[in-house]
Amino acid sequence: MAKLNLNRQPMPEQDHKERARNFKEVTLGYSLETALAEAERCIICPKPACVKGCPVNVPIPDFIKALRENDLPGAAKALKSKNNLPSICGRVCPQESQCEALCVVGKKGAPIAIGRLERYVGDWELRRMEENPSVPAKPTPTGKRVAVVGAGPSGLTAAADLARLGHSVTIFEALHKPGGVLIYGIPEFRLPKSIVGAEVDYVRSLGVEIVVDSVIGRTVTVDELLDEEGFDVVFLGTGAGLPNFMGIPGENLNGVYSANEFLTRANLMKAYAFPEADTPIKRSKRVAVVGGGNVAMDAVRTALRLGAEEASIVYRRSEEELPARREEFEHAKDEGIVFRFLTNPVEILGDKGWVVGMKCLEMELGEPDASGRRRPVIKPGSEFVLDVDAVIMAIGTSPNPLVTRTTRGLELNRHGTVVADPETGKSSKDKVWAGGDIVTGAATVISAMGAGKRAALSIHEFLMMEPRINADRSG
Amino acid sequence: MYRILEREDLTDTIHVFKIDAPAVAKRAKPGQFVILRVAEDGERIPLTIADFDRKAGTITVVFMEVGKTTMQMAKLGVGDSLANFAGPLGLPTEVEKFGRVVVVGGGFGVATTYPIARAMKEAGNEVITIMGARTKDLLIWEDMMRSASHELIVCTDDGSYGRKGLVTAPLKEMLEDDCRIDRVVAIGPAIMMKFVALTSQPFGVPTVVSLNPLMVDGTGLCGACRVSVDGVTKFACVDGPDFDGHKVDWDLLLARQKIFVEEEKISLEHWRHHESCECSKAKA
Repeated sequence: MAKLNLNRQPMPEQDHKERARNFKEVTLGYSLETALAEAERCIICPKPACVKGCPVNVPIPDFIKALRENDLPGAAKALKSKNNLPSICGRVCPQESQCEALCVVGKKGAPIAIGRLERYVGDWELRRMEENPSVPAKPTPTGKRVAVVGAGPSGLTAAADLARLGHSVTIFEALHKPGGVLIYGIPEFRLPKSIVGAEVDYVRSLGVEIVVDSVIGRTVTVDELLDEEGFDVVFLGTGAGLPNFMGIPGENLNGVYSANEFLTRANLMKAYAFPEADTPIKRSKRVAVVGGGNVAMDAVRTALRLGAEEASIVYRRSEEELPARREEFEHAKDEGIVFRFLTNPVEILGDKGWVVGMKCLEMELGEPDASGRRRPVIKPGSEFVLDVDAVIMAIGTSPNPLVTRTTRGLELNRHGTVVADPETGKSSKDKVWAGGDIVTGAATVISAMGAGKRAALSIHEFLMMEPRINADRSG
Repeated sequence: MYRILEREDLTDTIHVFKIDAPAVAKRAKPGQFVILRVAEDGERIPLTIADFDRKAGTITVVFMEVGKTTMQMAKLGVGDSLANFAGPLGLPTEVEKFGRVVVVGGGFGVATTYPIARAMKEAGNEVITIMGARTKDLLIWEDMMRSASHELIVCTDDGSYGRKGLVTAPLKEMLEDDCRIDRVVAIGPAIMMKFVALTSQPFGVPTVVSLNPLMVDGTGLCGACRVSVDGVTKFACVDGPDFDGHKVDWDLLLARQKIFVEEEKISLEHWRHHESCECSKAKA
C-alpha cells in the first residue's frame, strides 16, 4: 500500500485582490488531475465514518472509488443516489464539521477533501447532462399528488425524491425564481446561479412541476391545497422567514438594511448589474455588517464587491465564537474585510434621515452563558462612534407567519417555528410535513436537504399505505 | 405569464390594465396588493388591487407613469403579458358595518379606494367619498366612485373641476359640523394620507391608511417596507398595508420612500437612451 499522503490537493482560487472587485466564483474547482490525486488519498474504509457525518448519507467511499477508477458516470450515480443537488452541496456544505470531521485520514493529516470531490463530480454530471440531455427513466406513477411549499433546499430535495418514487409533485414558490436561499441569499461568488439553475432543471427533469409567484397562505392556503386542489399531502419548506433587527435607535434610517434585503437586491434582483437590471442598490463607502454568521460574511463580501472602501464585520463576541464557516472567514479576511470583534452597536446615528455613524460599545468575555459560549459583557466607558454610511443587520430571522397563521391545526413552538418529528418531519396536522429552517430556525442548506429527504421517505410510506387509485394508468 | 386583457387610458399617464390572473382573483379582497414584474431583469413593484372579478379570473390594476418600470408597463397593450404577478398580498382592509364611513382618495389612489368604498357600502355603511386630484385632467373613476358611494365630493387643487382645494377641507368641515363620522379610510400619496390623519386626529375618528413604502419581495423576506406605527417597527407587506393613521410615523415613511430617488432617475435615463437606440435600429 502506498504511503498515506497527509496533505490535500489545494483548491485553486481567484486572486484575492482581483476577486474583491468582481462577482465571479472565488474557488475555481479541481481539475481531473487534482480530483484523481485527491481521490487517491482516500483509504476507502469498509466502515466509513464520513457517511455518518452526512445529513443525507451520501455513500462517500463509493463515489470516490468510482472517481479514482476514472468512472465518472459511476461516481455521479453513487453521489446522486442520495443527493439530488451535489454541485450545490459541494460548494456550500460545512464539510469540515460534517463528513470531513469524521474522516479517518483526518486523524493523521488533512481529511479527504470530500466537498471538493463532490463538487467536481457534480459539475461533471451537470456538463454531461447539458451536452447529452436524457430524460431520466420515469417510475411507475402512484397516482398520488404532493404539494411542496417553497423551492429552496428542503423543498427541492423532498420534491426530487418523491418524484423519483412515482408521485406527482408540484412545488409552489412565492418568488419569481425557484431556489430559495440558494437564489436570493447565497451570492454568485460562492454559488453561481447557473449551477443553481442547472440543478433546478434536473429536479424539473424528474417530472416536478414548479409554480412561481405562488404565495402559500395568500394565493392559496394549505387547507385549500388539501381540501379543494386535490393534493394528498403537503410538505412545508418555507424557509427562515422575516429578518430580525436589534431594536436599537436609528434602525429605520435610510442606509440600514437587513442582510436579506441587501442580498436579495444583489442576488435575486441582480442589482450589481444596475441599471442593466432595474433593481437598485446603494454603493456605500463605509459599510458595517452586524453579525458573525455565514449570512453576515455573504453580505460584507457583497458590499466590498459593490465598491465599499471599507466593509467591516461588527460582532459582539470574539473570533473564537464566530459562527461562520472557517473558509468564509479566511476568504473574507484575505479580501480585506475588517473584523471588529467584541463590539456591540447601541445606536445608529443619522443626519437628514441618512446613516452617518454607529455608536458601539467594546465588550469583553465573561462567564459562559446557556449556549456554553462566554458571555460578552460591556467594557465600562468604551463607547465610540464608527464612521459608516450603511449598516446591514445580519442577526438572524424569525419564522414567516404567512403559512403558519393561515393553516388550521398546525402546532408551533414558542419561537413560531413548526413543530415536526425530527425523524420524519411529520407535523401535528394531518397530511402535513415540514422541514428546513421553518422547523429548525436558520440552519444550513444540507440540514434542510436532510430534512427534505427524511420527510420524503415518511410521506412515501404514508401514501403507499393507502390503496393505489390510479394504478392502471401506468400499465 | 399574465396576459393583459383590457387596457384603458384614464389620462396621459394613468392607465388601467385588466390582467388574466385567476389564482390571484380567486382570493383577492379589498385593500390587498400584488407584486409584479414587467419583464425579465425587471424590478418587483407593488400595486394595489383596484378591482377583481373572481368568475372571470381577472385583476384590475391602475398605475401612473412615474418611473422606468411604470413607463415600460405603459408601453404594453392588450395581448401583451407581464412576466410575473404574485398576490393577493397583505391583509385585506377591515370591512364591517361601522355606520358612516368617509373614504378619501387622492391621485391615482382613487382607484384603489373603489373596491373598499364598494365593500363598505355593501356592508351597510353610509359611504361618503372625497376624491381629489391636482387638476381636472387627472381626475379618474368619478362615475365608478359615485356608484360605490352615497355621496361624492370632488376636489381639484386648482379649482378646474368640483371644489377648489385639498381633500382635507371638506373632511374638516364634516368633522367640525359634528356630522357623526365613524371611520375614515384614506388612500393616496403619503403626504395626503398624513394630512387626512392629522385632520381627523383631534376628533378621535378612527382613520385607516394604506401605506405605500418601497418593497422588494412583498412576502416578509426583506424588511425594506418597514414602517413605524405607535413606535413599533412593522413590515407593511405582512402586517399591513393598512394601519392606524394616527399612529404612523409619517416623516419616516416619507424619508424612506426617497431612498433610491437618484437611482430611479438613472434607471429612467438608461432606459430612455436604450429605447431611443432600439427605435433608431428598428427604423434603419
